[in-house]
Amino acid sequence: MPKIAVMGGRETVIGFKALGLDIFPVANGAEAHETLHRLTHQSEGEYAIIYIEETTASEIMSDIAKFKDKPSPAIILIPGRDGPIGLGQTALQEAVEKAVGSDIL
Amino acid sequence: MASTTVSPTRMVLNSLKGKLKTATRGHKLLKDKRDELMRQFMETIRLNKELRLKVEQGLTEAFGALTVASAVMSPELLEQALLYPRQSVELGVKTRNVMSVNVPQYSFSTKNAEDGEIYPYGFAQTSGELDLAMEKLSQVFEDMLELAQVEKSMQLMAEEIEKTRRRVNALEYVMIPEMQENIKYISMKLEENDQSTKVRLMKVKDMVLEQAHDFK
Repeated sequence: MPKIAVMGGRETVIGFKALGLDIFPVANGAEAHETLHRLTHQSEGEYAIIYIEETTASEIMSDIAKFKDKPSPAIILIPGRDGPIGLGQTALQEAVEKAVGSDIL
Repeated sequence: MASTTVSPTRMVLNSLKGKLKTATRGHKLLKDKRDELMRQFMETIRLNKELRLKVEQGLTEAFGALTVASAVMSPELLEQALLYPRQSVELGVKTRNVMSVNVPQYSFSTKNAEDGEIYPYGFAQTSGELDLAMEKLSQVFEDMLELAQVEKSMQLMAEEIEKTRRRVNALEYVMIPEMQENIKYISMKLEENDQSTKVRLMKVKDMVLEQAHDFK
């Protein structure tokens, strides 16, 4: 059965624990890189969706970009405790630009 | 520009004509595919935009409530309360085929369907603020799941649109003109050959006649 992972700062992810998701608190970019690698490569597609906090994601953008054209897992950015910093919107714009050729939003 | 590598024979001409027919049909089909994908893509981004706003808003609210809860309770107690979930989420992943793009479809079910089960703690030691935060979080979670589905679909579709567009352009601006050029080149060359053969034959006929009847 595929599972859902949540990655980000400790205070952000703790709430999702109660919902029954697997949480992976990370403190810095290096740790995030390590964890993402573990979640995607070593667990044989066990996680179908990985939510990553925006601030954490900003440090591992190149890792995340690798999964854009793969059907699984879906890596979705979520705002952290301090509110959205617009990275999720940027991802949307990037996809639009790629498909349409210009930013039409 | 006709490439010099084609040999001007009838066989090559025939196969080129066949190829051109296939290419033209493929081009039309791919163009239709691109247009339809684009239409669906537009719908998806609209949905994606709405959902993202909703999720961002919901999460901000939930985190706000959680911050209040953590202000009221000690961090250790908060962590303890949330550490052992009573609920577990089961995720079902299916794929749906949209114009040859396999987009995921998630469905989820929680093991405990009762509403009260989102609170994995006893109410005695925790504050009411935490209850509120958890309720908000579980509400926004459904939207988050939909967002995951829509956003992944959008990314995959964007990839496919880019690929299809490149193919359409390659066919339209490179392959098809090149083939037309080659066909023209071969048919002209063949005609030329025909004409030179005809002239040669006439010449030979004259020579033969000359010999036979001793014409001057």
